[in-house]
Amino acid sequence: MGKTLYQKIWEKHVVEELSDDSALLYIDLQMIHEVTSPQAFEGLRTNNRQVRCPNKNFATMDHSIPTQNRHLPFADRIAQLQVETLAKNCSDFGIKLFDLNSPHQGIVHVIAPEQGLTQPGMTIVCGDSHTSTHGAFGSLAFGIGTSEVEQVLATQSLVQSKARTMKIEFTGSLKEHSYAKDMILKLIGEIGTAGGTNYVLEYTGQAIRELSIEGRMTICNMSIEGGARAGIIAPDEKTFAFLKSRRYSPQGSNWDKALLHWKELVTDKDANFDKVVTIDTSRISPHITWGTTPSQVVEVDGYVPEITDFSGRNQQDACQKALDYMGLKGGEKMKDLMLDRVFIGSCTNARLEDLRIVANIVKGRKVCPKLEAMIVPGSGSIKKMAEKEGLADIFLAAGFEWREAGCSMCLGMNEDILQAGQRCASTSNRNFEGRQGKGGRTHLVSPAVAAASAICGHIASVNDI
Amino acid sequence: MEPFIKHQGSVVAMERVNIDTDQIIPKQFLKKLSKIGFGKYLFFDWRFLEDGGLNPDFILNKPKHQGASILVAGDNFGCGSSREHAPWALLDYGIRVIISTSFADIFSNNCYKNGILPIVVKEELLEKLFAQAKRPASVEFMINLEQQSLSDADGVISKFNIEARQKEFLLKGLDDIKWTLQFKDKISTFENRQKVDLPWLWLN
Ligand code: SF4
Repeated sequence: MGKTLYQKIWEKHVVEELSDDSALLYIDLQMIHEVTSPQAFEGLRTNNRQVRCPNKNFATMDHSIPTQNRHLPFADRIAQLQVETLAKNCSDFGIKLFDLNSPHQGIVHVIAPEQGLTQPGMTIVCGDSHTSTHGAFGSLAFGIGTSEVEQVLATQSLVQSKARTMKIEFTGSLKEHSYAKDMILKLIGEIGTAGGTNYVLEYTGQAIRELSIEGRMTICNMSIEGGARAGIIAPDEKTFAFLKSRRYSPQGSNWDKALLHWKELVTDKDANFDKVVTIDTSRISPHITWGTTPSQVVEVDGYVPEITDFSGRNQQDACQKALDYMGLKGGEKMKDLMLDRVFIGSCTNARLEDLRIVANIVKGRKVCPKLEAMIVPGSGSIKKMAEKEGLADIFLAAGFEWREAGCSMCLGMNEDILQAGQRCASTSNRNFEGRQGKGGRTHLVSPAVAAASAICGHIASVNDI
Repeated sequence: MEPFIKHQGSVVAMERVNIDTDQIIPKQFLKKLSKIGFGKYLFFDWRFLEDGGLNPDFILNKPKHQGASILVAGDNFGCGSSREHAPWALLDYGIRVIISTSFADIFSNNCYKNGILPIVVKEELLEKLFAQAKRPASVEFMINLEQQSLSDADGVISKFNIEARQKEFLLKGLDDIKWTLQFKDKISTFENRQKVDLPWLWLN
């Protein structure tokens, strides 16, 4: 019987089989950021341990840093301490750091692909759940906790149990004004937030092939929101074109060797998946979350659901709690919801392609004066390119704030937060209670819907402007 | 890590699905550089009122649940951010066992690493445990990891599954890194082979 892509990568990385379904796996790349790493380095020091392969670890600062006035000292002294601690740890242990002065600093899941660090067939980890993003290149990439960060630093390996495999086939093509974000929101709405628990999802089908690498990253990024351990997409010509000539991509004869290897990274025709889900992409309209989990999703043209749309006490309770928190009544029209904020950013949707989509929509228009809208590019390189292309001028002329790269209001660890009760259309990936600020109400959308909503002042789609 | 062999303690139930790590420990408390002292921030936004006082309606604040060490919770507990601060906060607060119908992957790994036992049960049993925990008097459960059993005063309620390796690690309180280092030579062998097979991975 044939093998899935996941099985192939697994087998290539087994250091030691531990049982039928667990093994010590070698880790090719670890990325590190300031929030989930201090205790790991501390653990190394306490136990007098070294970093096994400093060159297979890269660090940046993204989660708690400010996105304006970034010179030291920060207004937030504790965030400054985290950043300084990471710098010291990297210098003590010989790890390459993209710090705040680096033109390539940015959100960890945006900069690693940009630098060519993320490559097909690799095993990749980071103390961050959205590490699943890197699966877009055909790598096995997953988030880990701080104890595991320490273990990878010390041993460059991790004990893993085999995941089950689920094939997600997106047949057909996306229609106009629908995007990768709508595909993944639609999927999570169908399988639920725990639907992927213990699975690795492999995305296939015509619509996936037609997506850009950026769009594929958006899809893999939110695999974790469906509970999956990782999401993966077989590499193809688009992947190879993306990687060609990046700073850390293989060069010369190594490029040719790598290419031969990468081209084998596909699921065999006769491989078996534990589960298969098929979605007709041509029917996917722009989507938006109404509630407090990414599975509480409807079409932008749709309505807030009623309690009676759900069966079972648990589901009905969850619906009621979400309605209360979001300040909504069942049956309200999504497009009638007035917004206080729009956030365009995060490792889900802050790449150049996303910014181009936004610029196209807002060009020559003005952000509704009743709301505040901000754009936070995913990396310093993206910021520079957007400025060179004239996108930044379009944003500023429309009335958007244009910030330095970082996680920003995706998780609100810096001063970019929602006030209690504020309603926000956000291109990020989590709409949990308090995620963007205590009492804040988040609706997850694509960059196109965020842009149209910023202009209209309420939830809107591109057709409304 | 402290070994986990048996545990007896009082039970508190949170009848809510998808309790995420942002709720377990909100991000404003992630800026500490150590693993200790997170217990006072556990479920912060639910546990405390605007003025900093205890929220009397929140289940953990009820007098009968003071000192609870076994948490029974709705499906998909621990979803969201990978932050290990969540189990650090639970442990520091005094929670040693969590029972649910499912746990998010990374969260459940993080629990094992910190000596917290996550127990997966069927939905019907979870409903029974919820009902039991709601009785006016406080309820105690016993967990015997060796026998993989969950009991109350009347005897065994259920057996549970756990991977052999996780069980051994908990029972002995083993250190993962120390354990992994026994394979040091195999890791070197792997690396040497990879340098030949996939040399571009070794150029940085
Ligand atoms: S942008 Fe948001 S989801 Fe992405 S790494 Fe930062 S905090 Fe996590």
